[in-house]
Amino acid sequence: MAKTYFTEDHEWLRVEGGVATVGITDYAQEQLGDLVFVELPEIGRKLAKGDTAVVVESVKAASDVYAPVDGEITEANGSLSADPSLVNSAATGDGWLWKMKLANESQLDSLMDEAAYKAHIG
Amino acid sequence: MTGDGTRHLPLEDLHRAAGARFGAFAGWSMPLTYPPGVMKEHLHTREHAGLFDISHMKLFEVSGPEAAALLNRACPLDAGALEISQSKYTFFLNEAAGIIDDLIVTRLGDDRFMVVANAGNAVEDEKHLQALAVDFDAKVEPLDRVFLAIQGPDAWAALARAGIETGSLLFMHGIEPSQKWFMSRSGYTGEDGFEIGLPEADARDLVAKLLEDERVQWIGLAARDSLRLEAGLCLHGQDLTPEIDPASAGLMWAIPKEVRAAGHFIGADALRSILERGPSQKRVGLKPEGRQPVRAGAALVDADGHPAGHVTSGGFGPSSGHPVAMGYVNTALAKAGTKLFADVRGTKIPVDIAALPFTPHRYRKG
Repeated sequence: MAKTYFTEDHEWLRVEGGVATVGITDYAQEQLGDLVFVELPEIGRKLAKGDTAVVVESVKAASDVYAPVDGEITEANGSLSADPSLVNSAATGDGWLWKMKLANESQLDSLMDEAAYKAHIG
Repeated sequence: MTGDGTRHLPLEDLHRAAGARFGAFAGWSMPLTYPPGVMKEHLHTREHAGLFDISHMKLFEVSGPEAAALLNRACPLDAGALEISQSKYTFFLNEAAGIIDDLIVTRLGDDRFMVVANAGNAVEDEKHLQALAVDFDAKVEPLDRVFLAIQGPDAWAALARAGIETGSLLFMHGIEPSQKWFMSRSGYTGEDGFEIGLPEADARDLVAKLLEDERVQWIGLAARDSLRLEAGLCLHGQDLTPEIDPASAGLMWAIPKEVRAAGHFIGADALRSILERGPSQKRVGLKPEGRQPVRAGAALVDADGHPAGHVTSGGFGPSSGHPVAMGYVNTALAKAGTKLFADVRGTKIPVDIAALPFTPHRYRKG
């Protein structure tokens, strides 16, 4: 069964069978404003926690999205190339950014659940 | 409130009530976006009317028998040749012909002028002008006003509905419709529109009336920036700096030939020699290929990888539907259609030199 985790950097991870689907939270997309471009990662790229995985660009600025845990990119959300605004309209659904195979599932223990994240953003 | 010297707009409470998201700009806490977001705000301005609080900008009244002479010294301008109510885009130049600030000067009367200056340079501008004023029989008075802009095709009709007639006022003209009011037909979006300096109490009344009209919406600084960039208008501090002269910036149209020939303004000699040898770089529009924005600071290279220039403003153009940018390139490359590459985080994005503006101006000139 899938379980969802959140980071202090306003990302969400939905983990199922050792693979995490990663996106930014609704709160984050609201802060960024209208996205016009998402620079997607290469499949097979290995990331350490804290590495820049994706760059999301709003009208005004570019922002990094970091790998929340160690792992290897297995898929990027290609539909964002044609319609980056999916991140705004469906941040936790069709606006997901990438999928990664987890290298170290114990890293998930340090992340927040939804209740803790809601408390975090106040 | 913040205790860090950040300045707050007199109408900040109205922006908070409207749900604005704030950010720092030129020492001010400014509304960046409102709930519709930058994209809708931008498009709304081009389709209807956008209301901007630009009270961070500074109005100076320059008056006295030698007011025109003072301005002619500070700016490459013949202030005495302006008709009453006529406005002119001009600059303060330094001795090297670098642009200290870009401004709009309007003649209010025989010996009275209004100078509208940028927020980021207001302190510097006042010092500069006051120092020059010592040699002239002229007074420089910073005005305490709320400054609003209403921009877009419905701007004039929205003002009319709010009881302000604008019919006879044409683009780049400004008047004093009542005590302590200054209104010019001008703006920073490429659209028809008006900029109005007025006392705070009057501003609150006017804003309330304007916002009753569904054609009018608050627009934040983020859309102000994307609108001006599509319109090919410069932002001082990015596209213009004290190291950049009007010839390199492609702004010689703002300096009348006779003024250039007479050379009474500060920086005239330096500008003359720049024109004689030709500027080494020129400001151009840049159209990146694809969807990825190219932003200020990005280096430009030619097809062989040689340095070609740099980007000074860049982002996404909501009306253009593609990324838009401007920057400086070596003069030999400054022709529409030249292909260059911008370095964005190590990736080379192809960019075409493009004619400015990206969105046609729709000024009311007659």
